[in-house]
Amino acid sequence: MPATFRISRRRLMQTTGALALAGLPTRLLAADPIRVAAVYTVPVEQQWVSRIHLAAEAAVAAGEIEYVFSENTANTDYERVMREYAEAGHQLILGEVFGVEQAARTVAADYPETAFLMGSSLPPDAAYPNFAVFDNYIQDASYLTGIIAGAMTRSGKIGVVGGFPIPEVNRLVNAFTAGVRETRPDASFQVAFIGSWFDPPKAKETAFAQIEAGADVMYAERFGVSDAAKERGVLAIGNVIDTQADYPETVVASALWHFEPTLQAALDAINAGVFKAADYGVYSFMRNGGSSLAPLGTFEGKVPEAAMQLVAEREAAIKDGSFEVAIDDSEPKSS
Amino acid sequence: MEHLDILLTASFWAAVLRIASPLIFATMGELICERAGVLNLGIEGIMVIGAFTGWFAVYAGLPLWAGVATALLAGMAFGLLHGLLTVPLGLSQHVVGLGITLLATAAASYAYRLALPRVTTPPRIDPFQPLPLPGALAQTPLTYLAFLTVAVTAFVLARTPLGLAIRAVGENPQAVEAQGLSVTALRLGAVTIGSGLMAVGGAFLTLSAFSSFFFEMVNGRGWICIALVVFGAWHPGRALLGALLFAAFDAYQIRLQQTLGAAIPYQVFLMLPYALSILALVIMSRRARVPAALMTPYNRGER
Repeated sequence: MPATFRISRRRLMQTTGALALAGLPTRLLAADPIRVAAVYTVPVEQQWVSRIHLAAEAAVAAGEIEYVFSENTANTDYERVMREYAEAGHQLILGEVFGVEQAARTVAADYPETAFLMGSSLPPDAAYPNFAVFDNYIQDASYLTGIIAGAMTRSGKIGVVGGFPIPEVNRLVNAFTAGVRETRPDASFQVAFIGSWFDPPKAKETAFAQIEAGADVMYAERFGVSDAAKERGVLAIGNVIDTQADYPETVVASALWHFEPTLQAALDAINAGVFKAADYGVYSFMRNGGSSLAPLGTFEGKVPEAAMQLVAEREAAIKDGSFEVAIDDSEPKSS
Repeated sequence: MEHLDILLTASFWAAVLRIASPLIFATMGELICERAGVLNLGIEGIMVIGAFTGWFAVYAGLPLWAGVATALLAGMAFGLLHGLLTVPLGLSQHVVGLGITLLATAAASYAYRLALPRVTTPPRIDPFQPLPLPGALAQTPLTYLAFLTVAVTAFVLARTPLGLAIRAVGENPQAVEAQGLSVTALRLGAVTIGSGLMAVGGAFLTLSAFSSFFFEMVNGRGWICIALVVFGAWHPGRALLGALLFAAFDAYQIRLQQTLGAAIPYQVFLMLPYALSILALVIMSRRARVPAALMTPYNRGER
C-alpha cells in the first residue's frame, strides 16, 4: 500500500510539525480517539490474542480509540510491520514480542513519540522509555480454578497439556496446581508440552494419553484438550477464555483474562502525556479486574459446597490484598 | 517393564492409527506423484487447503463426505497448477512446490478470514465419529478409507496397465512416448490425483482428528510424508509401514512423557519420533531405488 503509506506519513509530518510550531507536546488532545495499531503473530482467534482484540474492539465501540491490526504476522516480519504502523502515525502500538524482544525495543527507540505496549517476558527498561510491557498475570483466577479442580477429581490425578513451557504458561499452571493442593493435597500431576501453539489434534492425542493413565480433570491450556475430555467423559478446566458453551458437560470452571484494565491504563497514560516504560502486568491481577473466575454455569451446584466457600473466601482475600497467589515462572513437571 | 506394557494396550494402537491416518493419505499422494517423476513439495500447503476446504464445506452445511470430496477437488486444483508448471513448462520442481505451499497456505488463511471476519473462537463442526468396534478398531471411517487408499494405490501401481504407465513415466519417459502414450497427460494426472489425496490427508485433521480449522494445524506433517516416501522406497506397502512406525513413535513418546517427564526434558520426547525416523530412514534407504526420471522434466523430441 505505497499510496496510503505516503499520505499517512505526510499527515504525520504535518501534524507533528504543526504541533512543534505551536510549542505543544506531541500528544494529541484527549477528546480525539487515540489511534491504536496492533501486531499479532497469531490469528485473532487464538485464546490469548482474542482477549486483547476484544478489549480493543470494545474501546472502539466506546469511541475511545481507532483500531487497526495485523494478525498472523511472522516474527521475521514483526519489526517491519511495527515500523509501518509507527510511520503511519499510530499513537499506541499493541502486540506481543515474545519472539522478537530486542528487535521490538530497537524499533521503539526509533519512534520515541509512539507508545508501545507489548506482551513480553522481560521487565520494562528505562533505556526504552516509550516501551511498556504486559502479560496475562491471571494466576489469581487460575489458583481459584485449581481449588475447584481439586474438589472435583476422584482419582486425584490431574492432566496438564501445554504448548511450550514459557513464563506465561508456567505461571498459570503453577498457580493452578497450588490451588489443587488446597483441596487435594495428595494430587498428582501429569504435565506434557506439545511443542506447538496450534496443533489441536496433537493436544487432543496427548490429553487422551493422560486420561488413559488415570487423569480425570484436565487443565486445558490448549485447544483440543477439552475435546478429549468431552469424548472420554472427564472434566476440564478452562484457561484465558470461557469455552463452557461448547463443552457444557465438560468444562467446570475457567480462569478468564480481561485485557480491558490494561488497555485503559495505557490510554489514560497517553491522554495524560505520562506514558512510560512500566510493567502493566498488575492490571491483569484480580484486584484490578484483569482476571476473574468464569461463572460455573452448567456446573452450578455440582461443585462441593466447601470448595466453593474456600473459593469465595480466597477471592475476597485476593481482592482486599490480604492473600497473594505466588508468581512462580519455573517449568512445571509431572509429579 | 511398565514402559513396554504401553505397547500392549489397545488404546496405544488406537492412537497409532489415528496419528497415522493423515500421514497415510498424504504419503500415498506424494508417492503417486514421485512414481510419475514429479517431486511435489506443495504437499504441506495442499494439506492446509484440504484441511480448510473440507472443514469449511461442512461448516457451510454440506455433509461430512461432501467435505472430503471438496478437499479432494481443491487439492486436485492445486495439483493441476503444480503439474502445469512442472510438466509441460518443465519448471524447477523444488521452486514450484515450495511456491505452491506458500500460495496454498496463504490462500487458506485469506479465504478463512474473508469468510469469517469476526469470530473470537474457531467455529466447530460435528466431525466423523469412531465406528462402534472393539479396541483399536474403533476408528472413524476416514481411517479405514486411508488403508483402502493404500490397497488401491498398491494394486493400481503394480497390477494395472495404468500403473505400469505411471511407473514408466517416472523411470523412462522416452519409452512411454515410444509406446504412443502421452507423458504429459500421465504426469499431469498423477500429480493431480496425488495432490487430491494430500488434501484429504489435511481434511482428516479437521473432519476426524479435530473439529475446527487452525492456520498452522498441519504443522509440518506434509514434510514428514516426503520422508516417508523415501523410507518406503517408493512402495505403497512399505510407506504405510513407515507411517505406522512414525505414528507409533509419536504415540509412545506422548505416553512416556507422562511417566518420565519429571526426569527428562520434554523436548527429548518430542524429538524422539523424528530422530528414530531419521535412523530408520538411514537403514531403509540403503536399498531404495529412486525413480530414474524423478525431477527430470520431459520435453518431447529432446534428447
